[in-house]
Amino acid sequence: MKPRPAMKIKGTTILVLLIFLFLGTLPFYMPMFRVSLFGKYMCFAIVALGLDMIWGYTGILSLGHGVYFGLGAYCMAMYLKLEASGGALPDFMQWTGMSALPTFWKPFVNPVFAIAMAILVPMALAILIGYLTFLNKIRGVYFSILSQAMAMIMSTLLIGSQAYTGGSNGLTDFKTIFGKSINSPITKIQMFYATLIALVLIYGVCRFLTGRRVGRVLIAIRDGENRAGFAGYNTASYKVFVYALSAVIAGIAGALYVGQVGIISPNEVGITPSVEMIIWVAIGGKGTLAGPILGALAVNGFKTIASENFPELWSYFIGVLFVVVILWLPGGFVSLKEVPGRIRHVIEVRKNEKPRETENFVSEEKQSRAH
Amino acid sequence: MELFLMQLFNGISVSSILLLAALGLAITFGLMGVINMAHGEFIMIGAYTAYVVQNFFKKYLPASVFDSYCIVAILLSFLVAGFCGLILEKLIIRKLYGRAADSLLVTWGISLILQQGARSIFGSPNVGVEAPSFLENSLKISGMLALPYKRLFILLIAVICLLGVYALMFKTRQGRNIRAVMQNRNMAASLGVNTSRVDASTFAIGSGLAGLAGCALTWIGAIGPTLGTNYIVDTFMTVVVGGAGSIIGSVFGAGFIGVGETAFEFMTTASMGKVLIFVCVIILLQFRPKGIFAVHTRSLED
Repeated sequence: MKPRPAMKIKGTTILVLLIFLFLGTLPFYMPMFRVSLFGKYMCFAIVALGLDMIWGYTGILSLGHGVYFGLGAYCMAMYLKLEASGGALPDFMQWTGMSALPTFWKPFVNPVFAIAMAILVPMALAILIGYLTFLNKIRGVYFSILSQAMAMIMSTLLIGSQAYTGGSNGLTDFKTIFGKSINSPITKIQMFYATLIALVLIYGVCRFLTGRRVGRVLIAIRDGENRAGFAGYNTASYKVFVYALSAVIAGIAGALYVGQVGIISPNEVGITPSVEMIIWVAIGGKGTLAGPILGALAVNGFKTIASENFPELWSYFIGVLFVVVILWLPGGFVSLKEVPGRIRHVIEVRKNEKPRETENFVSEEKQSRAH
Repeated sequence: MELFLMQLFNGISVSSILLLAALGLAITFGLMGVINMAHGEFIMIGAYTAYVVQNFFKKYLPASVFDSYCIVAILLSFLVAGFCGLILEKLIIRKLYGRAADSLLVTWGISLILQQGARSIFGSPNVGVEAPSFLENSLKISGMLALPYKRLFILLIAVICLLGVYALMFKTRQGRNIRAVMQNRNMAASLGVNTSRVDASTFAIGSGLAGLAGCALTWIGAIGPTLGTNYIVDTFMTVVVGGAGSIIGSVFGAGFIGVGETAFEFMTTASMGKVLIFVCVIILLQFRPKGIFAVHTRSLED
């Protein structure tokens, strides 16, 4: 990893600040439903930041982050569901013939407990999975495949245990959050800003970490894990740490997501959404902190526009975009501005080379004649 | 006892389809270090080829020869899927050798395109394929124990393919080249093996086998554009358990996942079965992180 020139860091920072400014002023000039949409995109941007920490910086490709996102979201949704039913049996449980609230649902009446669980459950699972895989040198695509299997299992589990999780319909029909109506514009705006603050804070944390020694070690693991190990770093524990961190970030995003969107179902947990998260990071630009935010906002914004107008073409478009970005623009959109420079550089090098060669040739010829 | 045998047979039947799908994947993964997420879509291509062949026979040929469509379907599904694989390899995969993670993502993009393509051509609802009449009955062994001919036939196809791949890998010049490239690409190239040709043909054969698996699937269930995604995870798990690049490993992995999953699902529920088999895979990988029959190399970095 070459040290980056000072200019580039400035450029991406400016980009992030512009995005934050745009998001912060959004409710003043956009209709309410667009604001909620951007609230949703911001949750995705938070997930993308976490994913970038493990993929862009540490080189671990996780195809199962929908699981952590879903765990966070379900923890929060359980609280919302219980608040909607007033602590009694939620509607879907009555339909499936349950008579009493399952024990593990009971503490979720308390919002503080629910929020704590939205953070702790993803963390615990990530640490467990991380220890079982990274410690035994299951790495590279082997890990990716396992994480993908995890996403599939999680969604089938959620669908399968309908009495506890609402099955394929998921958890929905929330009424209030912290005692306030969930659909009133003021609550929506408040949730929007809460998400924005979370995004800014998590960006800050990621920036802090990547600027420190931890960040350098992570990059070292990405670029040569064995060498980092030989240099005396316990790479496995660093990997477990960053994996758990990204899981927590995904869990927080899930908790924020469910309040704003009003539904969480296995559709947001399985393989397809998990790979989509990777798409945001790849298209925005992995290995930078601006990239994932930009990617999540841009891809999802475009997806909404596309599915409103030409739903058929969306899959083709995202597929082609994905192939093109990975093959020819590995740095993502953030590196787009370097492309003209790269081309110009190549042209200049060629231009400079040719005259010099001929000059040398001529001067040598003159010299030889002079002799 | 009969119930146990029946479950065992079901497990083996699932394994045979997994084996067909995983053989190609294991070889290309071991050979090129490329993870092909679009492999499931070759299953789908094979299935739709069988569907088209069936429709053609129904429409244009007398009913008396309808049963023979299955032979045409088997051959064509192999050829069509293999040809699509060849094109994919020539256009995109060859740019991704050794970049496993990137190849995984690029081929995922391709699978999205192929799925949407199938949806545009055939529509999103599932379609059914009529199995030839001689496969309709089942082999009654005793009381409850009856083995459907369809599943036996699929098992037969899987065994034939396995033997074919084995013969190809260990009895022909092509197979020797494949194994040489797998062990040491640069050395093989230095000794005159045309590695890019080996890669392309191997990839095509692997895709063709997936197409065959798709053709087989049409007889035991409805098919749709997302057919591939239902199988891709199990197929990958098969490769991970067995070890990349190993035929024996694929057989073992397919047996492990297929029989294990059927058994667990029988004992618990469908979703719990998947969880349990995943736990088993994780435990297995604790001892053999590269799969049970991994091809050993002395290099540290992979």
